Amino acid sequence: MDYSEKVMDHFENPRNQGILENPDGIGVEGNPQCGDIMKIYIKVADNRIADVKFQTFGCGAAIASSSMATEMIMGKTLEEAWELSNKAVAQALDGLPPQKVHCSVLAEDAIHRAINDYRVKQGLEPWEEKPGHKKHCHESQ
Amino acid sequence: MTESHIIYMDNAATTPVRQEVVEAMIPYMRENFGNPSSLYDIAKINREAVALARSRVARALNAEDKEIYFTSCGTESDNWAIKGTAFANRDKGKHIITSAIEHHAVLYTCQWLEKQGFEVTYLPVDEFGMVNPKDVEAAIRPDTVLITIMFANNEIGTIQPIAEIGKIAREHNVLFHTDAVQAAGHVPIDVKAMNIDMLSISGHKFNGPKGTGVLYIGKRVKLDSLMHGGDQERKRRAGTENVAGIVGIGLALELSVKEMDATTKRLDALRKRLVDGLLTIPKSRLNGHPTKRLPNNVNVIFEYIEGESILLMLNRRGICASTGSACNSASLEPSHVLTACGIPHEVVHGSLRLTLGEMNTQEDVDFVIDAVKDIVQKLRNMSPLTPDELRKY
Repeated sequence: MDYSEKVMDHFENPRNQGILENPDGIGVEGNPQCGDIMKIYIKVADNRIADVKFQTFGCGAAIASSSMATEMIMGKTLEEAWELSNKAVAQALDGLPPQKVHCSVLAEDAIHRAINDYRVKQGLEPWEEKPGHKKHCHESQ
Repeated sequence: MTESHIIYMDNAATTPVRQEVVEAMIPYMRENFGNPSSLYDIAKINREAVALARSRVARALNAEDKEIYFTSCGTESDNWAIKGTAFANRDKGKHIITSAIEHHAVLYTCQWLEKQGFEVTYLPVDEFGMVNPKDVEAAIRPDTVLITIMFANNEIGTIQPIAEIGKIAREHNVLFHTDAVQAAGHVPIDVKAMNIDMLSISGHKFNGPKGTGVLYIGKRVKLDSLMHGGDQERKRRAGTENVAGIVGIGLALELSVKEMDATTKRLDALRKRLVDGLLTIPKSRLNGHPTKRLPNNVNVIFEYIEGESILLMLNRRGICASTGSACNSASLEPSHVLTACGIPHEVVHGSLRLTLGEMNTQEDVDFVIDAVKDIVQKLRNMSPLTPDELRKY
């Protein structure tokens, strides 16, 4: 497994790992059949991600992407967090092996789910999720 | 344990070459470098070395010397046996019987033959990964030319009822090949008593060198060659002999067979300790057959977590192991063996294979048990699938 040191660091010392009590939004993406599933909890204050936690079932890349993605959206506005791309997560991890890039899509999609969960709970229209995603699992491709 | 100490528990993947085997091989790379096909004395020495290796392999299998053919690896042996038989017997039929849990060297060869117009039956296995000989018999058709069922499985270690299948094949006059890559040197093999027509072996699975293999071809077997060229290997497998490698595989197999009883006794005890220790982890299970399995194979599943993560954490602690998780394969497909045993995909991802070898001690086993317990807990705490009662912080 040719992972970068950064991937290994986030895998072994995941940031923001755990559960948030009374979250404002929850997003789940993936499915256990594919081998990865990510659950993300957010607290929102003044339209910003005030706190974020994740739980992930998956490989090293899935766990590291989850950790990095949560670090990257912490404190950001919801608009900024929404714009976080899987490419940016992979880049921040100094790259992922080609067959593992789908794991970073998982994090991006889970964040979108959590933000929309928050929006719906606030009585707002959910933002439109990007087409072409929901494809992180090879079996659905 | 020092930082540089490695606990190698992936002996089904490969093994280190034994010191005495290395020493036996070295003279055939420098001073005895002659081509065995040549006339002069230094070539004769090599011819004799190859002949000695051939008879060592023959004795280990209860075969005759002239039934032993050296190849480049287990994969070549499997390809030769299956494609060679299929094409040589096209006038007799086009049907092949195999199992769902074969190594890819057999499965993909069969799939390729299907594209060439052959028909293949892939027999199912039970929850322990065992092929039922009755299924083999029921699958035989008038146009069946080959049955190929592995001796022992590389992932779960299950040992197939080879003698029973061999008997059925012989009664129906169908050729029987077995991929014995995981079995040779580890469990007793008798090609005559077991009615085996062809049998594949790989040197590096029993402390011999990589790049060496054997195909045993019984006298009555007619099969086409894959390699065409020179007259080596009784004109059936062309290519200058890998003399040093052949010396290595011959000696390694002889030594493994000689020490088999003692090794089995030692590994059985270690394996039992390892399995007992690992199964104290809640929501874990042993894959493969509880008793009819290779002495060195442990394959366990831990629910709610994924195997590559387990391997990465084990690697950081100097432990080398393997998994059937999709996330650890380039194809991103979960283990076809574990899924054939009826284990759901989401659970297959949490599989861990530990295969013991000469270097492992009881101390290693205890260290691995503690490491796995700790890692499983760590990953379960991280997983959204884990039920609350299994979480510990």
